Amino acid sequence: MTAMTTIAHHPTDGLLMAYSAGSLPEAFSLTVATHVSMCDECRARLGAFDTLGGALLEKEAAPMAGDSLAATVARIRAGGERVREWPLPRKAGVLPAPLCDYVGGDLEAVRWRPIGMGLKQAILPTARDATARLLFIPAGAAVPGHGHRGTELTLVLQGAFLDATARFGPGDIEVSNEDVTHTPVADIGADCICLAATDAPLRFRTLLPRLAQPFLRI
Amino acid sequence: MASTIETAENEDWVACMALIRDAADEAAFARLFGHFAPRVKAFLMRSGADAALAEEVAQDVMATLWRKAHLFDPTRASVATWIFTIARNRRIDALRRARRPEPEDLPWGPEPEPDQTEALALQQESAALGRALATLPDKQRVLIEKAYFGDLSHSEIAEQTGLPLGTIKSRIRLALDRLRHAMK
Repeated sequence: MTAMTTIAHHPTDGLLMAYSAGSLPEAFSLTVATHVSMCDECRARLGAFDTLGGALLEKEAAPMAGDSLAATVARIRAGGERVREWPLPRKAGVLPAPLCDYVGGDLEAVRWRPIGMGLKQAILPTARDATARLLFIPAGAAVPGHGHRGTELTLVLQGAFLDATARFGPGDIEVSNEDVTHTPVADIGADCICLAATDAPLRFRTLLPRLAQPFLRI
Repeated sequence: MASTIETAENEDWVACMALIRDAADEAAFARLFGHFAPRVKAFLMRSGADAALAEEVAQDVMATLWRKAHLFDPTRASVATWIFTIARNRRIDALRRARRPEPEDLPWGPEPEPDQTEALALQQESAALGRALATLPDKQRVLIEKAYFGDLSHSEIAEQTGLPLGTIKSRIRLALDRLRHAMK
């Protein structure tokens, strides 16, 4: 994944801290990890939060069992020769590595399901405490207006969308909560592909999407 | 004086990592183990593991340090920070039985001979952050501790302001830029 230079919308400090602390639901971790893969600024911010974790680690000690060093050395020897693995260079695709792992490949491997009005989605296999989905919004099309019962993270992978607050392009992440009601519209220039993660059902303003919600897990 | 001692100690951990990486040095490993294994164990117990599980996972974390020593980059993380990330990941496996997707690796590993000045600056700034943490108002410090020991849900981890993270972030950002430049 090449670095994008124009990312304007980043995860909040609270989200990065929760990701560093390891307390995010899997679907949110996936979204943050994907953003960090695209954004050196947030890779550095995350490094700062990890440093905070390291500082906390230094503060307290609990005595280890008497034979623990010997047991660990034995464990290391039983593991055999060290293998010096290096990260493999990746082919430049649309989806960063963490997403490819969930999709089972790049964009062409996504198993889209139509959800009406030209929109498509693919729900990714995460723990059920939050849901992650890829969304395909045709150029110029709108996602039905909705509010939020919890937190929704929307990360743009390709194209762009606009809502009343701003324009979101590749790498940008929009963090919405109970205070936000919006109608995202894909930029007219290209189809928009996003990763969206929610920890509670959305609050649609019209009847038809509401009826379909249980089936779409949206 | 205290800061000199702390710096010397941190330099030492980086040197121990290099000895493990280059010479499979068991004495260097024993020194790292003596300092960090009890800290990893305490971290896990604070996070809800019983003593037996914490002991088991701490040993596993230290074995991972040996196996992955070649991936440690002293211009991007202190040894404590790096061990924290390993311990956190093991904690999520062992206690929450959940997955935490990781960001894409940078397309390169650490430089074979990391710039010592840069590495030292990073270690010093990490130590400075540790000292700054001790001076935070109690309420804020307790909140951070609860967040990192897994006692707060993500929605309870409110917007964190006023944390002294700007300097360390800039330092890591510099290291990333330098690595990217070196790879071109």
